[in-house]
Amino acid sequence: MPQSLEYLKESPSQTAGPYVHIGCTPSFCGIDVYGEDLGKSMKTGPVTGQEITIRGTVFDGTGTPLRDALIEIWQADAAGLYASANETRGQADPNFTGWGRSPGHMETGEFVFETVKPGRVPMPDGRLQAPHISFWIVARGINIGLQTRAYFEDEADANAEDPILTRIEHQVRVPTLLAKKTGEGEYRFDVHLQGPNETIFFDV
Amino acid sequence: MPRDRKWQPDALTPWYKTSVKRSPQAALLSFPSTLSEETSPVFGHGMLGPLDSDLIQNFAQPGESAIGPRIVVHGRVLDETGRGVPGALVEVWQANAGGRYRHKKEGYIAPLDPNFGGCGRVITDETGAYEFRTIQPGPYPWPNGVNDWRPAHIHFSVFGHGFAQRLITQMYFEGDPLIPLCPIVNTLKSEEAIRALTAPLDMHRTSPMDARAYKFDIVLRGRRQSYFENRKEGL
Repeated sequence: MPQSLEYLKESPSQTAGPYVHIGCTPSFCGIDVYGEDLGKSMKTGPVTGQEITIRGTVFDGTGTPLRDALIEIWQADAAGLYASANETRGQADPNFTGWGRSPGHMETGEFVFETVKPGRVPMPDGRLQAPHISFWIVARGINIGLQTRAYFEDEADANAEDPILTRIEHQVRVPTLLAKKTGEGEYRFDVHLQGPNETIFFDV
Repeated sequence: MPRDRKWQPDALTPWYKTSVKRSPQAALLSFPSTLSEETSPVFGHGMLGPLDSDLIQNFAQPGESAIGPRIVVHGRVLDETGRGVPGALVEVWQANAGGRYRHKKEGYIAPLDPNFGGCGRVITDETGAYEFRTIQPGPYPWPNGVNDWRPAHIHFSVFGHGFAQRLITQMYFEGDPLIPLCPIVNTLKSEEAIRALTAPLDMHRTSPMDARAYKFDIVLRGRRQSYFENRKEGL
């Protein structure tokens, strides 16, 4: 027998359950322990780039909006830099956190992020990706957090050469990843967990 | 490191009924991680209040405290290579000692504890260690089958150094007879996976005449070696 590799197993995921907001957005639930909910504001001062609003709703397989989901986003700043300790290419906009968290609206489930349009970020091989926002969605009934990305409908040239979008076998599904422009600086990105418009989810 | 989908729960687990209409059916799209997955927000210790990691006190009136068996929960956040993950934000939430959550959608007849909110948070130290104080939550019934009960548990939300490490899970308590009966526990695929989420009593870390201790280590996906060092604080 050879030596053991001794890697650990990732902790198994369990559903966030119906009360995820108590832990992650307690102020939203009326539990005032920390002050403002983490991730509510992505801007801490004047930001560089185009300020945008992204709204959307997460729908289940019957078309019913989820009203107990937690949605998080993570994105680069307008220059394509991440506000992360692992960002080695330069200093990201100091007034932009890049990370947002929304509990969705109490009655409609609609999430809203006030953010900036991200710049392009390279792949490890240097090819540029189209502007995109990473989404992470958890809720009751979701056993392991769902990862996807929002790209922008009005970035057709960048999307057409994006290394990930172009390798999707079922190109008919690509529109599920496109945030629709609904006004100047306004976008809508709905997420469908199932059905004919099921969003493409990632294993990455 | 890629996520081991054979180890992690499947999306569709019909005995946990809510998963049926909330589980994607198409294959997931796989691609190698990019900076978008390998970077993550940074949370500094400065954002924490003095009672954030003390659920016994952080919602209590002055001079009072939450009711229930007092416990310390401690452990380390590690990655799959066994290295501690420093600076990791750990957020927890739970029911009170009677099994009741402080939430408007909660309908269980057990009473609220006026001194218990049910949330806490902590950031791991330079070795990846964390600790918080709370009361042991109670089990509670939930609408799934006609008589399903959740074992006592604490929910955990954990950040790593890459957004693809993001994880939510639950901690169970050693010896709880409800563990093998629970449809949510049974989304896990093996006894080994259930053990990985079951915290043992840790008498070495108890505070005599104060609180028992349970140990719960959390393992995040591994990352490439080079991303580990020199984590700055911010946010």
